[in-house]
Amino acid sequence: MAQGVFIIAEQRGGEIRKVSYEIVSEARRLADSLGQKVTAVLIGSNIKDKAATLGHYGADKVLVADDPRLETYTTDAYVSVIAELVKANDPAIALLGASSQGKDLASRLSARLGVGMAQDCTQFSIEDGNLTATRPIYAGKAYTRVTYTNSSPQMATARPNVMAKNEPDESKTAQIIDATFSLDDGALKTKVADVMKDETEKVDLTEADKIVSGGRGMKGPEGYGILEELADIIGASVGASRSAVDAGWRPHSDQVGQTGKVVSPNLYLACGISGAIQHLAGMSTAKVIVAINKDPDAPIFQKADYGVVDDLFKIVPALTEEFKKVL
Amino acid sequence: MNIIVCIKQVPDTETQIKIGQDGKSIIEDDIKWVMNPYDEYGVEEALRLKEKFGGEVTVVGLGPKRVTESLRTALAMGADKGILINDPALEGSDSLGTAKALAAAIKDLDFDLIFAGQRGVDDDSGLVGAALAEFLDIPQASVIVKVEVAEDGKSLKAHRPVEGQTLVIESSTPVLITAQKGLNEPRYASLPGIMKAKKKPLEEKTLADLGLDPSEFGEGARKLNIVELTPPPQREAGKIVEGETPEQKAGELAKLLHEEAKVL
Ligand SMILES: Cc1cc2nc3c(=O)[nH]c(=O)nc-3n(C[C@H](O)[C@H](O)[C@H](O)COP(=O)(O)OP(=O)(O)OC[C@H]3O[C@@H](n4cnc5c(N)ncnc54)[C@H](O)[C@@H]3O)c2cc1C
Ligand SMILES: Nc1ncnc2c1ncn2[C@@H]1O[C@H](COP(=O)(O)O)[C@@H](O)[C@H]1O
Repeated sequence: MAQGVFIIAEQRGGEIRKVSYEIVSEARRLADSLGQKVTAVLIGSNIKDKAATLGHYGADKVLVADDPRLETYTTDAYVSVIAELVKANDPAIALLGASSQGKDLASRLSARLGVGMAQDCTQFSIEDGNLTATRPIYAGKAYTRVTYTNSSPQMATARPNVMAKNEPDESKTAQIIDATFSLDDGALKTKVADVMKDETEKVDLTEADKIVSGGRGMKGPEGYGILEELADIIGASVGASRSAVDAGWRPHSDQVGQTGKVVSPNLYLACGISGAIQHLAGMSTAKVIVAINKDPDAPIFQKADYGVVDDLFKIVPALTEEFKKVL
Repeated sequence: MNIIVCIKQVPDTETQIKIGQDGKSIIEDDIKWVMNPYDEYGVEEALRLKEKFGGEVTVVGLGPKRVTESLRTALAMGADKGILINDPALEGSDSLGTAKALAAAIKDLDFDLIFAGQRGVDDDSGLVGAALAEFLDIPQASVIVKVEVAEDGKSLKAHRPVEGQTLVIESSTPVLITAQKGLNEPRYASLPGIMKAKKKPLEEKTLADLGLDPSEFGEGARKLNIVELTPPPQREAGKIVEGETPEQKAGELAKLLHEEAKVL
């Protein structure tokens, strides 16, 4: 019978990404309630020395799949290797982070294995020995709880920033094992021809702990200067409403909402955003929402934990000054 | 260059979601159904490639009769023909079931490229594209904002933004691409386009037509079961920060975020 919790760790350039520690921690909690073990799969090229930290967060075992052809992620290669490892180890549950890579990998892998896959989950529990996953749908306008039938493993991706990360404990060590797998070059139909780094050094909105977001109230692209300054002081990433993106003030990748990014930061500060249903859908799982808007009737105030009714061009710079004092 | 575009019909993004008596489905009474916004990018990109390389654009949708409307919209934009997979036995299928039926309808067509949306704005899964590519045994490039097809049409480069960087994925064709916002600006259907669409071929197929066994589809064949739908946790309107001047308000807000909310 299928046993244990698998997690697929994500590394980029040899560095394990934060969401991987979040899912190891969550996997540890699930495995404890099942009385089973956590196995982390670490896949890449020359990455074995990174395996130990996964143990500090709660993995019992780390399977290292090391091959030069696995240095950068491609769907073909990773799915093929991981499908083989899953079949050989027969875990009951397999979790990935709902990052760009995790979602791509999990969706293809679940089809190859023919198992159910719950995307971008915000909560897991074990009921009667099986996984139950909770996920927002309609970009957060509703939540659904799902269970699995004929799925071994029961697969899910977990939204970044949501699952609590354990304190790393260096006294906890994992057994590190070199995984054996085959990789048929004929199966590799895609390759990464180029990697272009974003100009901004900011954390992606989907992984950001704090977001300062601006809408049509910013009046134009220049308006975002004051948001960037505030964001720099408090360590936030900058987002936008669709109106601002469609006006060409900000890139598409900055759009928050039902047809943009769905975000879950600790702090979401909405400036000059009215709070249309599609926008609210994308940020309603933020822990604390702040709205700055000169219209006291703006719908955003219905969802905001703190509201400031005033001109954002006065409030935002003043706020930046305040934080300069305390941070 | 022959291109297939998958089209899912979803509730308009304005829709307030209301949960039905059974606690597992949404109330569909007042819903306005539209083409998934990400599929509009797929249709547009397919049309642009057709304009450049020639060939045909076929749109494929799976669902009840109402899905015809979204397929007609794509035909009015300029697609050449449509296929609707409609069978009562499909109702309640999950992503794998949907992809399996789509694959059966597509596998015998002559195609170089398939577009799907990066996710449906209804269940936000983003699974069908990948599963369809898997069942057709072709590669995928997902969440794509730019497609550059080689002159000979035999390979392409697809730009995929991920956290902090953009990957340029090179693939041979046929390949399945999932479209992301930014790929293009979809055109509107013109009036003559709408008139013409009425005469374009739109074929309807059942599971039997596709040689599929109905028992492998629908609610009973789901691998992922919906136990419950719930409204999101209620967010109450919070505090309005008081103060005489902007500076006072900013000071008060900073204090609240620091001491009360403890997020800074
Ligand atoms: C299919 C579809 C999908 C969509 N998807 C999304 C999505 O993913 N994300 C999204 O955001 N939207 C989306 N929208 C658009 C959405 O419906 C709204 O049009 C949009 O969110 C409005 O953006 P906004 O709040 O910036 O602009 P507005 O609604 O124009 O609001 C601007 C606000 O700024 C305030 N303001 C102006 N000047 C100042 C000032 N000096 N100081 C303080 N406040 C000021 C005003 O009071 C107003 O409340 C979608 C729409 C459709 C049809
Ligand atoms: N019923 C369907 N009919 C046609 N295409 C679909 C269907 N369901 C999903 N798709 C395609 O898959 C994409 C992603 O949908 P989903 O996996 O459901 O989030 C959609 O944008 C469509 O392109």
